[in-house]
Amino acid sequence: MTQRSPIATGSDWNFEMLTDYEREIARLADEYRLDTYPNQIEIITSEQMMDAYASVGMPVGYHHWSFGKQFLAVEQAYRRGQMGLAYELVINSDPCIAYLMEENTLMMQVLVMAHACYGHNSFFKGNYLFRTWTDASAIVDYLVFARKYVSECEERFGVAAVEQLLDACHALQNYGVDRYKRPSPISAEEEARRQSEREEYLQSQVNMLWRTIPSFQGQEPLPQDDDEDPLGLRQQGHYPAEPQENLLYFIEKNAPLLAPWQREIVRIVRKLAQYFYPQRQTQVMNEGWATFWHYTLMNRLYDEGLVDEGLILEFLQSHTAVVSQPGFDHPHYNGINPYALGFAMFSDIRRICEAPTDEDRQWFPDIAGSDWLDTLHFAMRNFKDESFVQQFLSPKVIRDLKLFSLVDDDSEEMLEIEAIHDDRGYQRIREALSVQYALSVREPNIQVWKADIRGDRSLTLHHVQDRRRPLAKSVYPVMRHLHHLWGFPVKLVSMEDKEVVRRYQWPLPEKVGEK
Amino acid sequence: MSYFIDRRLNARHKSAVNRQRFLDRYRTHIKRSVEEAVNRRSITDMERGEKVSIPARDISEPVFQHGPGGKRTIVSPGNKEFVEGDRLRRPSGGDGGGAGEGSASNQGEGMDEFAFSLTREEFLDFVFDGLELPHLERKQLVDLEEVRPVRAGISKDGVPSRINIVRSMREAQARRIAMRAPIRRALREAAEALEAEERKDPVLRNPARINELKAEIERLEKRLESVPFIDTYDLRYNHLVNQPQPSNKAVMFCIMDVSGSMTQSHKDIAKRFFLLLYLFLERNYEKVELVFVRHHTAAKEVDEEEFFYSRETGGTIVSSALTLVDEIITKRYPAAQWNLYVAQASDGDNWDDDSTTCRQLLVKSLMPRLQYYTYVEITPHAHQALWEEYESVQDDFPERFAMRQIVEAGDIYPVFRELFRRRAVA
Repeated sequence: MTQRSPIATGSDWNFEMLTDYEREIARLADEYRLDTYPNQIEIITSEQMMDAYASVGMPVGYHHWSFGKQFLAVEQAYRRGQMGLAYELVINSDPCIAYLMEENTLMMQVLVMAHACYGHNSFFKGNYLFRTWTDASAIVDYLVFARKYVSECEERFGVAAVEQLLDACHALQNYGVDRYKRPSPISAEEEARRQSEREEYLQSQVNMLWRTIPSFQGQEPLPQDDDEDPLGLRQQGHYPAEPQENLLYFIEKNAPLLAPWQREIVRIVRKLAQYFYPQRQTQVMNEGWATFWHYTLMNRLYDEGLVDEGLILEFLQSHTAVVSQPGFDHPHYNGINPYALGFAMFSDIRRICEAPTDEDRQWFPDIAGSDWLDTLHFAMRNFKDESFVQQFLSPKVIRDLKLFSLVDDDSEEMLEIEAIHDDRGYQRIREALSVQYALSVREPNIQVWKADIRGDRSLTLHHVQDRRRPLAKSVYPVMRHLHHLWGFPVKLVSMEDKEVVRRYQWPLPEKVGEK
Repeated sequence: MSYFIDRRLNARHKSAVNRQRFLDRYRTHIKRSVEEAVNRRSITDMERGEKVSIPARDISEPVFQHGPGGKRTIVSPGNKEFVEGDRLRRPSGGDGGGAGEGSASNQGEGMDEFAFSLTREEFLDFVFDGLELPHLERKQLVDLEEVRPVRAGISKDGVPSRINIVRSMREAQARRIAMRAPIRRALREAAEALEAEERKDPVLRNPARINELKAEIERLEKRLESVPFIDTYDLRYNHLVNQPQPSNKAVMFCIMDVSGSMTQSHKDIAKRFFLLLYLFLERNYEKVELVFVRHHTAAKEVDEEEFFYSRETGGTIVSSALTLVDEIITKRYPAAQWNLYVAQASDGDNWDDDSTTCRQLLVKSLMPRLQYYTYVEITPHAHQALWEEYESVQDDFPERFAMRQIVEAGDIYPVFRELFRRRAVA
């Protein structure tokens, strides 16, 4: 056994200790080829942590009441002791900013450094979604730009006008992302430089689209006879030609009545939504990866005698709490704990590589017995929650967590257990869980279908309904926000199997014609 | 590559703007809660913030979501006895089965109420929103004895405790430079002369001259050294002058009828009214003193406990209290230094002939000295003589005399607001 010579003992910390531990963790992380952005570790108070929380960890942000609401909620929960403040908060930027709370014990600080500064940080730098969709080096500058721009608008156009616009944008921000197309990188400098140019350009584009005086070029086809449309207003094709999934983008480019500054704000919300998009798709992986590494690194520190028994025991207690998964019937059950599932899966991948069983060889012929570190890095880099579960959820993890899938069909009187942790069920649970993490299934599929550019200028959205799951009642408030942005009536049609299931409209039709 | 930054000393309350935005946005909701709280709270209880709840649907930020219904598959952990193909009754309330959605939806969603705390300051801001103290003109400076020392530059005389070190050292340095300059010049000249002399051919040298110069140099160096580092006339003192101050002190007289006709619930109502006034004064003045005067047929100055809780019986002579207040003012609270407020609560009963005396006392002696007089009558019944007499006082001092009737506890806050409503500046 190694001679134990811990860097520090007890639970008090100082900057020297932190620096020493950080250096040791960095050395170990390097052994495991964890490639990270430089770390900027900030020591803050619990109040500042609440501030950071309210702004999703963003060091700067524009002002909006919803962040205030968030703050009050966090504060309330914290004061009542319902919630310990998360001991870590880290944001995807270059350098990667991690917050350590002053009140934490030494163990917590070391744990957070391992978890956030090496776990999350390497995930941000390595995972394909983050590499593709976000630009870590530009985000902080962009936030500064956004904050400045929004507050300038508040000065020029009034807080109320800006607030209403932001409310509307926030309601649609989940539909402000390009799901399949790589966004152009954001750059604050570029944004500021091009902004005035863009304002003019955007407006001219919009003007082109909405030009109402026909151009007499001679070649214009005469309107064909159509009782519904005697002026032939709707005969010049369908706009947009293809359905558009990015609602905010469509509005930024096409909404007829928005002023240039409003388009710019729509753009800001859209860009930030795009920045958070990978985060929403990699919760299990991201937390699992960070948890796996803090566990591994802390154990290495202990093995090398750099921390004492007291610290490692305190750590194990905390770690156990983080990865605990109450059962579905437990009063504290709040869905599947992403830390627990992620940690179990990454640990199991390592096990499959190092000590594969026959079952593993059958399920994972490619990775059973391979180099575990290579495999882990491969898994971290190339997947998101949906595909990660699809590829790597092993029968053993399903057994350990006793996962089962249940079908809730409102046309049936009873719920049905579809699959449990047995040979017949593994594959089905895997698929069901993968679907459960797919954003495209979690969120209703809504696209821009048609802007009636020659007629009443109404905007029509299509909701592709899946398995008869209707939209929640929040649809009307959201439509109202959309109407605020578009400026003309907005309609939403729920379709399932090409059949119209339900129509929504805002403003509500004067006469209650529909059921 | 890592570096640590200690941000603990950075500004807190980064969220203050957002917090304020939230409070502004839900102003009407919060005000309603605050008003309820004011009516509900006990008196000693105003000194803290308030928990405010807003219906969650009013502050939700809507997004497109799946509603209940349709067919969905939910994967959950912790299976105990289920096997494939089991059919279960749908849990009542529809909550249990849907819990699997938890990981997808935002935490905190689905709670009926959004609850948060206002700080004491915020709470009182809402309580007194839109109110102002009538006649908050600060007392005239002329008749003020109140003074406060303020800094007024630098002086050459003073007491050691007010030495301004930086200025003194600067003076000393200037003096040293000034005093040493001519000595240095003479020294330099002597040194040059000595050097010139020594450079001469030994034959031509004048030893006497050399000695003389050396002595001169020595003498000058001594003089240079003897220039004092700091001298008494270098010293500078912070100069203070006494400036007359507008009075920031207020005294509030609480007068209450404790005769048999005043029940405990009457007293509670009165107490709340006094309390509101006290808090309000406290926000406007640095220092507020309270004087409790209770009366039946005779008036007595008492402490708070006795004021609100001891029981007396007997008739009612209001003027006894007014006379006592008048005496106390004359004795302890000269009007030049104190802002005087009187709040009186009564059920309106008074000895028949006394009401006229009250009016005379008020008009002649009290009102000219007071900032404001409020009278609340806690009664569901018709007004009596006292009310009528007071009405004529109000006619004489419409700006400073206010009276209202309170029937039940719920009226207090509205009446209070009415009394102190911000009036358009005349």
